Amino acid sequence: MRIVVTVKFVPDLQSTRSFTDGTVTRTADDGTMNELDENAVEAALQLKESLPEGECDVYALTVGGADAVAAVRKALQLGVDHAVHVCDAAIAGSDVFGTATVLAAAVREIEKDGAVDLVITGMAALDGLTSMLPTALAAELDIAQLTLASHLEVADGTATIVRHLPEAHETVSAALPALVSVTDEANKARYPGFKLIMAARTKPVTTWSLADIGVEPETVGAMAARTTVVDASQRPARENRVVVADKGEGGTQLAAFLIERGLA
Amino acid sequence: MTATVAVLVEHRGSDIAQPAFEALTLARTIGRPVAVWMGEEPPAEAVTALGEFGAEEVRVLAIGERARHAKTAAVALAAATGDAAVVLMVSTFVNKEIATHLALATGAGVVVDAAGAEMIDGRIEAQQTVFAATWNVRTRVNADRAIVALRPNTTKAEPAVTAGAAEIVGVLAALPQMRETLVSVTPVTREEGVPLAEAAIVVAGGRGTSGDYTLVRELADVLGAAVGASRDATDEGWISHEHMIGQTGVTVTPALYVACGISGAVHHRGGMQASGTIVAVNIDPDAPIFEIADFGVVGDLNDVLPQAIASLKAHRGV
Ligand SMILES: Cc1cc2nc3c(=O)[nH]c(=O)nc-3n(C[C@H](O)[C@H](O)[C@H](O)COP(=O)(O)OP(=O)(O)OC[C@H]3O[C@@H](n4cnc5c(N)ncnc54)[C@H](O)[C@@H]3O)c2cc1C
Ligand SMILES: Nc1ncnc2c1ncn2[C@@H]1O[C@H](COP(=O)(O)O)[C@@H](O)[C@H]1O
Repeated sequence: MRIVVTVKFVPDLQSTRSFTDGTVTRTADDGTMNELDENAVEAALQLKESLPEGECDVYALTVGGADAVAAVRKALQLGVDHAVHVCDAAIAGSDVFGTATVLAAAVREIEKDGAVDLVITGMAALDGLTSMLPTALAAELDIAQLTLASHLEVADGTATIVRHLPEAHETVSAALPALVSVTDEANKARYPGFKLIMAARTKPVTTWSLADIGVEPETVGAMAARTTVVDASQRPARENRVVVADKGEGGTQLAAFLIERGLA
Repeated sequence: MTATVAVLVEHRGSDIAQPAFEALTLARTIGRPVAVWMGEEPPAEAVTALGEFGAEEVRVLAIGERARHAKTAAVALAAATGDAAVVLMVSTFVNKEIATHLALATGAGVVVDAAGAEMIDGRIEAQQTVFAATWNVRTRVNADRAIVALRPNTTKAEPAVTAGAAEIVGVLAALPQMRETLVSVTPVTREEGVPLAEAAIVVAGGRGTSGDYTLVRELADVLGAAVGASRDATDEGWISHEHMIGQTGVTVTPALYVACGISGAVHHRGGMQASGTIVAVNIDPDAPIFEIADFGVVGDLNDVLPQAIASLKAHRGV
């Protein structure tokens, strides 16, 4: 079995996140692998560990600027076998469809090693939170889409997931190859072990340009994007904030605030 | 010529969800609104209601449970919205998938989690708040067609001055063969009242409740609010997963958000920071939730909430 896990390089949630010229500011200092992709890596590693030694190869794949290599390095530390970083100036400013085009081309390039059975993604990237990429990538690869899995099982060439929607819990299955996006309920991501951290230092990362994977530069990037951020501004902090200590009247004060604001 | 603006109507059985009316209200400011109803046939009252909010047509895609497949739903929606320059829908996980497939089918540009949209020089521009509501972003759609998924409670729903004709139009679509098999569907039993994502007021409880939601529910009752929770509370099994607010749970943008015994972790803030007014009760004066609260009480929720509930009841005269 061959599994590709997509991992995204995003600004650290705990850092002060910002925009520069209409795109998310990403620097090596405060960037990291999207936290929700840890669950995607974990799902792939658990599948690998359930199979006999040597029967499963896990690839981590990222698309992004030079700093984005940190995302696949993190995946190596967690225990994936191979790391691929697609990096090309022409990718900058891509929308979800451009990113899906590049990721799909990279998956096809990986397929030169042998057929890919599963693509596993996170449920959302914690920067834009659009949750659109998994669907776009499955469509681009023309494979089954099993999204928002809070439970995943693979047996006899079929993947089965459970997804918890607000109004119903669905069980959905599909024959491989398939794309699965996992939620943070799917598993508990492991911490990188010391041995793997050391080993990851010397593991190679394959770097591809658009030309390497046969993508025409005009089909991706800012020029091809169907949407453009035309303005980004920091919201002003909330004004006139009040914090009172409860000295026996906190509840009454709370009620008075709501009544005064016309909220109760 | 005014643009046709199609609104995918969010509904539960025959009940139309409030965000559908919000979307129709916004649609009227952009062009000629038509409603698209997917699933079983809509009842007459629903059609009338859609007309009151300006729908000129109600296009019906009677595709039943097959609407559960995002791609099938998108193919059907494409058949019903071929003339629409703009398609509006509610921003939910399911609709984001439908929007993606629809965009791939039609070449449209997509903005999700939008707080509003307007037509400027023939192009749609949509507003969003991102990074746990610390930034405002304006995005222009470069394509001729736009799909905008709107967050609930970002437009005030108002009936049209003159009702739309709400003419029922059945739409047939050739649906694709699916690779995925829906093995089973177990409906989630819903609580009474407004769904969390759409509620105008939310009262949420976290680890600080120690698992007892009586006071949180009582305050919610008095305020007419939906009940929410933090991830720690749903992980503990104190309240079901559907109540979880945050980056990986439900995103809420109510006029009032009351956080009880919730620390305000960044993951939680991502799902509620865009709320109108934020009120917090927490025993720890250093809890991060106070950094974003308009009004905070440092105290034990077991003391503060009963007193607040009593005051609010007295104010209401009950
Ligand atoms: C990938 C990932 C995704 C996540 N997604 C989400 C998400 O979507 N939503 C979410 O909520 N969390 C999410 N989390 C978890 C999040 O990081 C926090 O752990 C969680 O929000 C904390 O919940 P809490 O505030 O209830 O608990 P705590 O952080 O333990 O806070 C409890 C608070 O209650 C106060 N308290 C205690 N007793 C009382 C009392 N008697 N009266 C008043 N106050 C009291 C305490 O002072 C404390 O501030 C996610 C985590 C990860 C890693
Ligand atoms: N540039 C990227 N490189 C690799 N994976 C990505 C990229 N963008 C998105 N993804 C994957 O798609 C998932 C959903 O992202 P999004 O749709 O952007 O919220 C993430 O959890 C990643 O697994």
